[in-house]
Amino acid sequence: MSEPLLKVSNLKTYFISKYRTVKAVDGVDFEVQKGKVLGIVGESGSGKSMTSLSIMGLIPPPYGKIVEGEIRFEGVDLSKLSEKKMNDVRGNRISMIFQEPMSALNPVLKIGEQIDEVLIRHKRLSKSEARRKSIQLLQSVGFPRAEQIVNEYPHQLSGGMRQRAMIAMAMACEPSILIADEPTTALDVTIQAQVLDLMRDLKEHTGTAIVLITHDLGVVADMADDMIVMYGGQVVESGTADDIFNTPLHPYTNALMESIPVIDEERERLTAIPGTVPSAANFPQGCRFAERCAIAQASCHEKMPELRELQPGHLVRCDLA
Amino acid sequence: MSLAEKELSNTTVNHANLLELHHVKKYFPIMGGVMRRKVGEVKAVDDVTFSLMKGETLGLVGESGCGKSTTGRMIMRVLDVTEGQIVFDGQDITSVKGERLRRLRQDFQMVFQDPYSSLNPRMSVGALIAEPLIVNKKGSHSQIKDQVVSLLETVGLSAEARIRYPHEFSGGQRQRIAIARALALRPKLIVADEAVSALDVSIQAQILNLLADLRKEFGLSYVFISHNLAVVKHVSDRVGVMYLGRLVELAPKSSLYATPLHPYTQALLSAAPEPSRTVKRERIVLVGDVPSPANPPSGCAFHTRCPKVMEVCRSVRPEMNEYQPGHFVACHLYS
Ligand SMILES: Nc1ncnc2c1ncn2[C@@H]1O[C@H](COP(=O)(O)OP(=O)(O)OP(=O)(O)O)[C@@H](O)[C@H]1O
Ligand SMILES: Nc1ncnc2c1ncn2[C@@H]1O[C@H](COP(=O)(O)OP(=O)(O)OP(=O)(O)O)[C@@H](O)[C@H]1O
Ligand SMILES: [Mg+2]
Ligand SMILES: [Mg+2]
Repeated sequence: MSEPLLKVSNLKTYFISKYRTVKAVDGVDFEVQKGKVLGIVGESGSGKSMTSLSIMGLIPPPYGKIVEGEIRFEGVDLSKLSEKKMNDVRGNRISMIFQEPMSALNPVLKIGEQIDEVLIRHKRLSKSEARRKSIQLLQSVGFPRAEQIVNEYPHQLSGGMRQRAMIAMAMACEPSILIADEPTTALDVTIQAQVLDLMRDLKEHTGTAIVLITHDLGVVADMADDMIVMYGGQVVESGTADDIFNTPLHPYTNALMESIPVIDEERERLTAIPGTVPSAANFPQGCRFAERCAIAQASCHEKMPELRELQPGHLVRCDLA
Repeated sequence: MSLAEKELSNTTVNHANLLELHHVKKYFPIMGGVMRRKVGEVKAVDDVTFSLMKGETLGLVGESGCGKSTTGRMIMRVLDVTEGQIVFDGQDITSVKGERLRRLRQDFQMVFQDPYSSLNPRMSVGALIAEPLIVNKKGSHSQIKDQVVSLLETVGLSAEARIRYPHEFSGGQRQRIAIARALALRPKLIVADEAVSALDVSIQAQILNLLADLRKEFGLSYVFISHNLAVVKHVSDRVGVMYLGRLVELAPKSSLYATPLHPYTQALLSAAPEPSRTVKRERIVLVGDVPSPANPPSGCAFHTRCPKVMEVCRSVRPEMNEYQPGHFVACHLYS
């Protein structure tokens, strides 16, 4: 495999206050390959968003911090970059879209002004060049009336349109990585299909790699080349999407696949995972899934399993797999 | 025979029906101008007819704003009906009020998407579940306490949960508490509105299994509202598909999912991503956004996005029609 575009190694992002330490991301490793889609799935609170915010240098202050690890991108470690240098990367080489587009769009600026601004700042375009490019970008995300949309405010657009406008803005500088955190969760099924199609198209045309965070296994199955499964701030399984869907190795991944109703199958009873996720402020010392695991043994509660390569490129954090 | 006629002919004779909706409409006024006068209306639910048999689960699917919750809230009688009739257990409940409504309400309960906002954070779990029992005078203090413990057990929580508060529980556990509360008065019907949508998939399975168990144990009927087609297929006997305030297709789930007739249902099913690398569906990607119910398109409401649109669709509203036994569709392709 060629040199990865982005390599995250042993990333630990904690929230440290006087009273407690929340281990939001606790030793995460993964790679993003050029022009590929990496899917990140996992339980709510497993650290998916904090992982991506760590890459973007946007960890919520004042308590959140990267306490260990490396985020290597184009030869530099992003976790050590100054805020000023990070500003050149953000929205330019790496950009991000969120579940709720309103959190990224400025409500008092017209759509066109917001995209122009990105282009003027990072690409040093003139005002009129920027506007021409903005209209093109909006057309490329499927707005037939792009010349009018540039003059509209975010609240004048529907949810799906806002999401597309945000994607247009994120793609303005042709970033090498687009991080999408639950980009379709708030959207209707038919609009979700439009947005996913759009992301796929953009990837094919620009070669942008996509990190796609979602709790929807269907979306990952549809989009991802590679995937990681997170649980309790850690990666519990990683590999190609084909490998993980066809032969899930971690008991959590397995349970996850069994617990959802599937349209193309009749499942009498769903396999529920008993119990709840352990608190990130108070993880057990052994395997973090052990308490809910159907096959756990005494040893699982004592020692944290290592992430090991069971098959070429297919890693799992379970001693029993 | 049209759906409406077929179902209407059963109104009083068919005791197997627990719930019937006849041409139910809900229009919300849009106020505007300086005088705050009515300047238009949102046709949130526009002529919906269906029935639910005792012990049956009817799924309602459709995209955001199509009127699923409004339908559910009219059934619960927390929203007044603009036009049409709702019959529950043989009685016309369309306009009952006051004490009679309060007594009827024991028989139908609603479970919502966000179990946190529907539970008063200042009440202990025990008090929350006991409240409907006390209000409806369902026994002495100690009898009610026993009932609370047994309800907690029914939904898989320990008796000790009684003395704790909602915020001390996880999302899935809170949803169990909400369900225990809904079950307290032994209702015949539960309207579940996106009851598992906010939960993690691993927790979602616990709640779906619980709802299935309760159905077996108590012979409950459900109207199960969700935008998740796979979840609806899992729990339902029959499924209704809504678009812009209208029911466009209604069928037993097996035939709806195997042979969807309405082009909207076809698009919806094709767009739902399946968690499998081997099954790949041919996606029908609809162009355009969902129109506003304040200004629905003429004729068939779906004609602006329909890949199979014909001339007639732009002007004539299609009626529900039984195309195959039990499989109803409102589409000019089938009339
Ligand atoms: N500002 C904060 N202060 C303290 N802890 C936080 C903060 N933000 C997040 N956390 C904790 O960090 C952990 C990881 O959160 P994160 O948002 O990354 O989860 P996630 O996997 O994205 O979940 P979801 O699927 O719900 O979005 C959680 O335990 C969360 O409670
Ligand atoms: N109280 C109200 N006043 C005015 N309009 C309303 C009111 N309640 C709902 N509506 C409108 O009625 C339509 C149907 O809303 P409803 O909540 O029933 O949709 P839904 O199918 O449940 O959608 P979702 O999937 O987003 O929950 C929407 O256009 C909504 O904006
Ligand atoms: Mg998140
Ligand atoms: Mg709703």
